Amino acid sequence: MVDAAVTIKGTTDGLVISLGDGPLEGVLAEMESRLASRASFFLGGRVALRVADRPLSVEQLQAIGAKMEQAGVTLWAVEGEHPATLVAARELGLETNLRLAQVPIPPAPEELTLEEMPGRVFRRTLRAGQEIHHMGHVTLIGDVNPGAEVIAGGDVIVWGKLRGKVHAGAMGDEGAVVCALQLAPSQIRIGSYIAQPPERSRLPKSPEVASVQQGAIVVERWDG
Amino acid sequence: MSATAITITSGKGGVGKTTTTANLGVALAVLGKRVVTIDADIGLRNLDMVMGLENRIVYDLVDVVEGRCRLRQALIRDKRLTELHLLPAAQTRDKTAVSPEQMVEVCNQLRPAFDFILIDSPAGIEQGFKNAIAPADQVIIVTTPEVSAVRDADRIVGLIEAGEKGTPRLILNRLNPDMVRRGQMLSQMDVLEILAIDLLGIIPEDRQVVISTNQGLPLALDGKSPAGQAFRNIAGRLMGQAIPIMALEPEGMLTRLARAIWK
Repeated sequence: MVDAAVTIKGTTDGLVISLGDGPLEGVLAEMESRLASRASFFLGGRVALRVADRPLSVEQLQAIGAKMEQAGVTLWAVEGEHPATLVAARELGLETNLRLAQVPIPPAPEELTLEEMPGRVFRRTLRAGQEIHHMGHVTLIGDVNPGAEVIAGGDVIVWGKLRGKVHAGAMGDEGAVVCALQLAPSQIRIGSYIAQPPERSRLPKSPEVASVQQGAIVVERWDG
Repeated sequence: MSATAITITSGKGGVGKTTTTANLGVALAVLGKRVVTIDADIGLRNLDMVMGLENRIVYDLVDVVEGRCRLRQALIRDKRLTELHLLPAAQTRDKTAVSPEQMVEVCNQLRPAFDFILIDSPAGIEQGFKNAIAPADQVIIVTTPEVSAVRDADRIVGLIEAGEKGTPRLILNRLNPDMVRRGQMLSQMDVLEILAIDLLGIIPEDRQVVISTNQGLPLALDGKSPAGQAFRNIAGRLMGQAIPIMALEPEGMLTRLARAIWK
């Protein structure tokens, strides 16, 4: 389902959210639900708001900013043609002078299957405090140490020890899987499911696959 | 010959950076090297006390950086080991009083006159840490065998590798072999499995350490202390000597039984 009222595009400088025509309340509700559907992928990103010639007051911009904060992103700039909007934006300290290179992000999850998603290979060990954030599949050749995090729209495959936090199918895809040579994450999420594996005194001896089955995350040995 | 600048850091507080800096300084000086230790923990300085030099501080690092004294005037020479000097931190300021560039400049001025510059980093990953790391040719990370210290150390390793300061080396401090054997403490292997960096040395848990730091008499001077010996070994390794890591395994029951039977 594609709705022209709100578009979200990825650029090299963060997200650009364009609000189309129509009553503001409805458009903002659409924006909220679009942000929520990809919540953990967007976390921490910054947003430039594009509103064409819609006039927005300081209060309205503040309300929009607050809704974005709730979704985990931060409003930093406004692109618009209406003078009132620009004045309000500047009053709130937002940037109004923009030239953004556009790198469109792929279509919404419901339009891209797990097989169509792009994948990326990383060859490094993720240390505490480091994270990988990718909209497709992630293959990591190395370890994910405790305190590190991998968030992927697709599958997560760790050719090493997985001991940090992992979120596969982060844009809502519950068919995604998490695989590791030694699967021992501190927290595992697939789609909207979350599980905290039991304390393991030793790392597992053989590769395992985690997937959602019958409403829960299940870990199985990989028998090939 | 220009000095090698080594920063001793950890992430976690209280794991033994200052004790390590003081003892390595002493051990290297005993081996005849010209050493200056720098306390980069501005505001919460401790290196002077652990080295037993706190009563002799007139000027400090911040005085040098702000031009109130010459660098030579701020250096305190140890009376027992005349090749060992200390550049103390300021007690009344904080980490923002010095910038990484200023730290590099101070170290560059010290390089011609010394063989080793040891920089005692504060805990954390903020300004103080950045100041301490800036002039480093090598980095040593100190950790204790407990999960929170290792987690913080891992973070630091990531930051150092990303900051193009090479790969740091590890000192594992306060290892208690009996507790490891009882499964109450992480083992050397547990720690290295996560950190995966070269082990420079292991300092065994030693109750003498607290006494020595309170008295300002570094253990590296004490011939009988196992921790002191460990520091001396590390100093040797820093000078390129191939000294094997002390085996710290406790005697198991069978070993003790065997010794009793075969005496």
